[in-house]
Amino acid sequence: MEPILVLTHADETGATLTRASLEAVSAGQALAHRLSAPLVLGVVAADAAAANALTSTGARILAVTGPDFAQPRYASDAAALEALCRAAVPSIVLAPGSSRFARVAAGVAHRLGGQIDTHITALAGASTLEVTRWFYRQRIEARLHRDGAPWFLLLEPGTNAPFASAAAPATVEPVSVTLPALRTTVSGLRAASAGEQTIRPDAKLLFVAGAGWTKKQSDGQVHAAEAGQIILGFLAKTHASLGSSKSLVDQGSDGQPVLPFLTHMNQIGQTGATPRHPKGLATCCHGEEPHVVGWRFINDRRAISLDPNCGWTRGKADVVYIADAFAVLTRLNELLATQ
Amino acid sequence: MPTAFHIVVCAGIVPDPLQSLEPVMGPAGPALKNEMLLPAVLDPWAASALYEAAHLAATNPGSKVWLVSMAPKAKLQQVMMTVAQKAAFELVAVDGPLGGFIDAHATAAALADAISAIPGLDRTKLLLFGGWESASRGAGVTLQLIGERLSLFDQFQGVDQITVREDGSFEVLERVEGGQHQVSICSGAPALLGWATGNLPEPRSNPQVGMANMRTVMPALQKAKPAAVAAPGLHYDAAQLPAQQRQTRVEKDMTPEDIARELVAWIGAE
Repeated sequence: MEPILVLTHADETGATLTRASLEAVSAGQALAHRLSAPLVLGVVAADAAAANALTSTGARILAVTGPDFAQPRYASDAAALEALCRAAVPSIVLAPGSSRFARVAAGVAHRLGGQIDTHITALAGASTLEVTRWFYRQRIEARLHRDGAPWFLLLEPGTNAPFASAAAPATVEPVSVTLPALRTTVSGLRAASAGEQTIRPDAKLLFVAGAGWTKKQSDGQVHAAEAGQIILGFLAKTHASLGSSKSLVDQGSDGQPVLPFLTHMNQIGQTGATPRHPKGLATCCHGEEPHVVGWRFINDRRAISLDPNCGWTRGKADVVYIADAFAVLTRLNELLATQ
Repeated sequence: MPTAFHIVVCAGIVPDPLQSLEPVMGPAGPALKNEMLLPAVLDPWAASALYEAAHLAATNPGSKVWLVSMAPKAKLQQVMMTVAQKAAFELVAVDGPLGGFIDAHATAAALADAISAIPGLDRTKLLLFGGWESASRGAGVTLQLIGERLSLFDQFQGVDQITVREDGSFEVLERVEGGQHQVSICSGAPALLGWATGNLPEPRSNPQVGMANMRTVMPALQKAKPAAVAAPGLHYDAAQLPAQQRQTRVEKDMTPEDIARELVAWIGAE
């Protein structure tokens, strides 16, 4: 059988593979074993030392390295991945569904006359490959397979255990790349909001704030500033990641009271993110379908809402507390502070 | 000096997010039950791309916006009645099937052909816009595939902002992991931008803009060419709704103190 190629890339240090890349490696090992296919690993990094983490796989390692590949950019990354694929001649290409590879993988598949599917959550099948992914923003789950090769599959981060082994000097086959004229320069990263970063992909808890935080409270007044302090206090004590409903984020452009640390990147749901965290706590949001589709991969869900008929109570959360989130979170912060 | 752009926005239409969706398996693969009867809207992220395109065109005189969309003509006409009031554009309609289970490769080929056939489109001024993912297939690949077919090798995905400079170059903010933006400078058109939410609110409906648009929308729908989007190598083995329905415990009488104590224990538990 033709080989299975796993594409990986380094993080911003240039010398360490990303966690999502290592997850793809472990998925590739399992698939290669199941299909009795040879495994080839491809590395894109500034520094070839990034491949040292893969030495114990025993697989053939190809690498495109150098300063041109230190930062994500379509033209250079597409050329790098195309060169790795042409060197390996694979039938199946696995890659992490990171922002870097999600930007270029489809273009590379096209260049090689292949096909691509993304957001893959499971690889199945005994002698052939069948994959699982979601459609309609996590509302319908489908299993599919394709004829033809190469078949590119971008694996959803968080769906496989990362490959872990002690680093050792790797035997790497360098792959040369002829770059096109580069018209784009990457100047760096910029936080989406001023102040402390509130989006924490590795957090154990997702805390979601809904529009109710900035509505009139029982005294007839809006307490947006107090809401902001309570929420930030909770995040500081629990190191939770902050999500938001669309309606709360949109209030900024509608001229209504806002929580200044929220951006569209905090948004969860139909037009936002679908993060992966073990637990999630929703506060002051209705739990309706367009929002809850963003909770598909949150295992343990609790919600605080004043509305006993809110969407969360209809089989979408494990526990729903019918209560005032201001009062509960204020007391919760006090209790957490004593720990 | 402002830079004139030719902005082509690729935008599909999707079921209204509030609708219940149920998959059904047919001989040609899965589809949605009563798909043609479901109310439809312009794909949300593609709509952001359209609003950003209209804004960019308005601030760069000499620019023009085309909206390229593939759907059954009747469905497209229904959605255009609303969308046409939001921004000025010229519609390029492709008569094709609707839905998330249609293959992205075939869709991209049909859309790339339609874009290539736009009269008067100057490829040196081209900015190809669209949503970075759709709310139906949600794969985030169609725009890339179109870009490759049109030889657009400066591509950006998850875009929230474009800032055009005096010399025609522009800064792009793309979403990356951890709530951050990657900042890039592109020397100018042609380029491809797959938009996330952007920074602009949905424009208010303007009947005058709608009437002006409809003068070109109806002829575009009438002359829409049918697109073949078959994908013989793609096989769906199953499509189903998630089975999980939680047994929700609803606590109506707990005090804030008791809830807080229970949550502290829950947060701390492994």
